[in-house]
Amino acid sequence: MAKHHIEAHVNGDAVEFLCETEETLLDVLRDTLHLTGSKEGCGSGDCGACSVMLDGRLVCSCLVLGCEVAGRSVETIEGMAKGEALHPLQQRFLEHAALQCGICTPGFLVASKALLERTPNPTEHEVRYWLAGNLCRCTGYDKIVTAVMDTAAAMRKG
Amino acid sequence: MRYEAPESVEGAVALLTGAKGEARVLAGGTDLLVQMRADLVDPELIVDIKNIPETRAVTEEKGGWRIGAAVTGAELKENARLKKTWPGVVEAANLIGSTQIQGRATLGGNLCNGSPAADSVPALIAAGAMASLAGPNGRRDLPVEDVMLGPRKLALGKGEIVVSFLLPPRPARSSDAYLRFIPRTEMDIAVVGAGVSLTLDGDSVITAARVSLGAVAARVLLVPEAAQAIIGSRLDKPAQDRLEAAARAVCRPIDDKRGTTEFRIDVAAVLTRRSALIALDRARAN
Repeated sequence: MAKHHIEAHVNGDAVEFLCETEETLLDVLRDTLHLTGSKEGCGSGDCGACSVMLDGRLVCSCLVLGCEVAGRSVETIEGMAKGEALHPLQQRFLEHAALQCGICTPGFLVASKALLERTPNPTEHEVRYWLAGNLCRCTGYDKIVTAVMDTAAAMRKG
Repeated sequence: MRYEAPESVEGAVALLTGAKGEARVLAGGTDLLVQMRADLVDPELIVDIKNIPETRAVTEEKGGWRIGAAVTGAELKENARLKKTWPGVVEAANLIGSTQIQGRATLGGNLCNGSPAADSVPALIAAGAMASLAGPNGRRDLPVEDVMLGPRKLALGKGEIVVSFLLPPRPARSSDAYLRFIPRTEMDIAVVGAGVSLTLDGDSVITAARVSLGAVAARVLLVPEAAQAIIGSRLDKPAQDRLEAAARAVCRPIDDKRGTTEFRIDVAAVLTRRSALIALDRARAN
């Protein structure tokens, strides 16, 4: 059958695309809109590498159909830095060496940003539970947690 | 593969009833999309029910709570009043998967996925929740414990969907709790799950109780014998022992790498007792 014609907002920009029913939001972002920052790790919602915000809610884009986002708003890692200016989380991930291979990093950043927007002063416990759906096989997580806690402290100071 | 997102219950029922091949309801998609990707299902039609207002609402109704089948775990957790009245239901829903999964996963999906290990189902059964169904022959209500018949098997007819759940009015000094065992602290499927809901009188004697166990049989069990074991008591040690014995007696678990039969039965007894004690503490404070 004919492809679905979908209109939505991605990182604040109005976009339209065509997709098959079985294409996921992740497929659409990467293959159709060429926003390849969101990564496919597992494709089954276990690893969080494809994390995006959908109408302000953190989700795995591999578990959303492209046609489900009609009329909705998607925010990806590509919308995080403002031009050349990195988001404070991005800056501190670099400073704390909170990444090695980098595949999980976009998902961690999007998920961490979502946490700090609703919980500006998280405990380490809260950070670890919030990020439990983001897997990293390189860092051992400590540097990531430290970077998020440090960013939270800095952002609270303004 | 067709995708439809009707805006009314009647529209969804008509689409599902008229489907020629396999049709699937899409709520949060956290099970369906995984199964599609693994080639376990290949539906001809997907009916997304999230554009139907009834499936997305949480409202107080007749002294109880009406929760749409497509309301997400994250939305339940953010509802402070619901959480205060039904903490066990909300904590059970919030044990399902990660933050990302919570943003999508729904009570209706958790039930209709048909897994005996579904975390929210024992809590709903303990709560005495009714599922409101709509199908080609109209609407009907079914106790949640009667919706699932076995793994992947539901009591729903062709074209029939779960629209919402109704949690009953809550008397004073009532509360509930849900606990599950997994080998780690997050992101796993229950080896055993236990939900308990109870009501106390002014002397802290249990006047009503419901107990439900997950992942210890082919379907999530309502265990009236366990409830009877503690009604009339203050959940003192003898009552706890009777409760554990009643929980053990109904378990018919599988034996697999995630837990042996003996282990699951032991854990079922322990979790039932602990859930009851948590529910008791909460009820005393209400």
